[in-house]
Amino acid sequence: MGTLEQTVETEVHHGPARGITRWLYTTNHKDIGSMYLWFSLLMFLLGGCMALTIRAELFQPGLQLMEPNFFNQMTTMHGLIMVFGAVMPAFVGLANWMVPMMIGAPDMALPRMNNWSFWILPFAFCMMVATLFMEGGAPNFGWTFYAPLSTTYAPPSVTFFIFAVHMMGISSIMGAINIIATILNLRAPGMTMMKLPLFVWTWLITAFLLIAVMPVLAGVVTMMLMDIHFGTSFFNAAGGGDPVLFQHVFWFFGHPEVYIMILPAFGIVSQIIPTFARKKLFGYASMVYATASIAFLAFIVWAHHMFTVGMPLAGELFFMYATMLIAVPTGVKVFNWVATMFRGSMTFETPMLFALAFVVLFTIGGFSGLMLAIAPADFQYHDTYFVVAHFHYVLVPGAIFSIVAAVYYWLPKWTGNMYNETMGRWHFWLSFIGVNVTFFPMHFVGLAGMPRRIPDYALQFADFNAVASVGAFMFGLSQLLLVYNVVQCIRVKRPATAEVWEGAEGLEWTVPSPAPYHTFAQPPLVK
Amino acid sequence: MKIIGWGLPALFGALGLIFPLSAAAEWQVNLGPGVTEISRAVYDLHMTIFWVCVAIGAVVFGVMLYSIVHHRKSRGAKAHNFHENTLVEIIWTVVPFVILVGMAVPATATLIKMYDQSEAELDIQVTGYQWKWRYQYLGEDIDFFSSLSTPREQISNDETKGEHYLLEVDNAMVIPAGKKVRLLLTANDVIHSWWVPDLAVKKDAIPGFINEAWTIAPEPGIYRGQCAELCGKDHGFMPIVVDVRSEEDFNQWLVEMKQAKAQASDAATKNWTLAELMAKGEEVYNRACAACHQPNGEGIPGAFPALKGSPMMVGDPAAHIDVVLNGKSGTAMQAFRDQLSAVELAAVITYERNAWGNTTGDLVSPAQINTLKQ
Repeated sequence: MGTLEQTVETEVHHGPARGITRWLYTTNHKDIGSMYLWFSLLMFLLGGCMALTIRAELFQPGLQLMEPNFFNQMTTMHGLIMVFGAVMPAFVGLANWMVPMMIGAPDMALPRMNNWSFWILPFAFCMMVATLFMEGGAPNFGWTFYAPLSTTYAPPSVTFFIFAVHMMGISSIMGAINIIATILNLRAPGMTMMKLPLFVWTWLITAFLLIAVMPVLAGVVTMMLMDIHFGTSFFNAAGGGDPVLFQHVFWFFGHPEVYIMILPAFGIVSQIIPTFARKKLFGYASMVYATASIAFLAFIVWAHHMFTVGMPLAGELFFMYATMLIAVPTGVKVFNWVATMFRGSMTFETPMLFALAFVVLFTIGGFSGLMLAIAPADFQYHDTYFVVAHFHYVLVPGAIFSIVAAVYYWLPKWTGNMYNETMGRWHFWLSFIGVNVTFFPMHFVGLAGMPRRIPDYALQFADFNAVASVGAFMFGLSQLLLVYNVVQCIRVKRPATAEVWEGAEGLEWTVPSPAPYHTFAQPPLVK
Repeated sequence: MKIIGWGLPALFGALGLIFPLSAAAEWQVNLGPGVTEISRAVYDLHMTIFWVCVAIGAVVFGVMLYSIVHHRKSRGAKAHNFHENTLVEIIWTVVPFVILVGMAVPATATLIKMYDQSEAELDIQVTGYQWKWRYQYLGEDIDFFSSLSTPREQISNDETKGEHYLLEVDNAMVIPAGKKVRLLLTANDVIHSWWVPDLAVKKDAIPGFINEAWTIAPEPGIYRGQCAELCGKDHGFMPIVVDVRSEEDFNQWLVEMKQAKAQASDAATKNWTLAELMAKGEEVYNRACAACHQPNGEGIPGAFPALKGSPMMVGDPAAHIDVVLNGKSGTAMQAFRDQLSAVELAAVITYERNAWGNTTGDLVSPAQINTLKQ
């Protein structure tokens, strides 16, 4: 123990290394957090360009801009890049920056592994994006890559895709191990589990989900690899395998995965709403238990993605009931946020605007989720734009809005400067309008019968598709404001106080802004 | 600042007003109730859960909006201190649970009805192919393929799009009204999904497995649907058309189908000239082969091989015929043995050996194919 403290003591006095080696060799949680966040911003813009390509083709019926095969590559790459490149790394970046500062730790528990977890990602994504330029094109079987379309009938680049997924999985598992080790071991004295900020709690639970399911994803892609190259028949009925097995294994990963992308968002919103309502979070303990319940339920609802594969009646009923049950803990969370606002003293700075939009729009996504849980009705919704609308409502104004809210909320702490509030509000309102104009009409075309993942559609879907495309370009372009705001906040000196926000509570607000390169070399005492 | 704060929400409100107001015929915003007893039950479930969501939303968003308006600092609101209340928390856990149980009861009843496996009066095996459907009427000796009939020119925007753009096929699945029809679904290559919204039937067609679905369409009519599972390049171009006819018309159709089949086998015995086969072959090629190998025979590099100048097209005809008839396992090349008639097979092979600068001069006759097919 003595030696550890001495090391920390000596390191306090020197800052970051100079030049590129600072970023290549860094073990500093703030540097690594920043790299994760910049990387995810880049992937968000890249995945966004692909989304705009899709929306441009769908602006009118008929094929205008691309061949169907390229369209399928765009839908696949858009999904993969947004899920694994934008949302997940952004949350890991936020965890890197904030978890140590929120629990009063000097750094992450495993700093060298932290460096490695990040530096795997650029290589994984270079390989994945490179498939676009390979003969036969990039993966074109959807981000859910159902066999045998992704095995027997896949383009040759699928092998690179499999390897990239393995690398991302390793990165995520190491990141998760690091976060768990940090939270369980490096809390400041007096910081008991039930005093942890909710962002830390939700990330702890998310990290366990990651460790549980990323190996399952690795398993399923390895089975694909064996089927493609080594003559096995896991998913090939002609060889005694079962194509539906793929879906069971994939969704056993895939459903917890969607909670991996939303639980940290719950945590962020639970930090921001109390700050701007100037009132303690309502029902802290029930928030923790609700998060844990959602994580548990995540493991027993996977087959609701597969209501149409022909499961026996008992299976359909089980997965329908279990899925409906998720509405209970999720409802508790929403009620708690609203109760936190009730009789508070609210102000509406940019982080709060995004957090409020999160509560409303995520809840709308939750409602369509509840509708999808009803198995007989799901037969009509399944694989239509109604599903596309549903998961974009929980992921864009859900996960992405929470990440953007977190960025505005903690940016002054990271940079030492306030961002431009007027521009922040412009960004919010343009995003808010854009997101709804894009995704709300998708409910309508889905209910009217438009299947998802089609490059061309029947004429009755034309009007709403045109509206959605206009909204998508509005939303996409307004994200350039986010880039502008972040860059301005770094460059323009508008010094922020240590506390930054009037109602802010928590250890991260006790250190100066910008947070020094090393914080909490001496652990703070938490009452 | 004030303008941004209020101007944009006002604009959004205005947009919200404009879109629903113009919700005329093309702006369909809701699920259709469909035409069968089951589809109406599903529609009722859909509307019930929708209104439940609207009611919960009204309460939650109402309280939120009230707080946003009244409990804001700029109005001098002071924050209260409460942060838990066991009774309230128990209520808002139990009440949603009770609502869910209330929803689960009718959903379960409908699902049990859908899983009714009693005998049907007509069984049709439905097989998904990349990118068409095959309908085999069990016990009736009727077996045909159904593929998109929208002309290419409409898809490439060179012609005005027709009323049923992308929702029309060459051969519809014909079924009798008022009778229970059972569908046995499977697939030849990848997973497809057979969906007709008006019948509320959506079931995956999975290679190597047989799924079961059924419907009773009470009235004659044409009902359209699409493949609902991503199945490759032309997933968006494999519609489903169900033509429900009165019992009398359906029986008439059965007779006609059998006559047409007899005529087709007569055509195979006729002597075909190279020119005739080329003309017929081009038509068959564009319908059955061009989606992958492209109308100019050049294929798509890395995905679908070129036929133009291919050694197989200009070499030994036996190998060429074998691949067309039996497909190539492990690739997207299907077996066309049952998909095309002997005349069509002979014509398309002849065409491929003599088009785009392939100049073998070979003529493959329908009789030759018939011998191989036996």
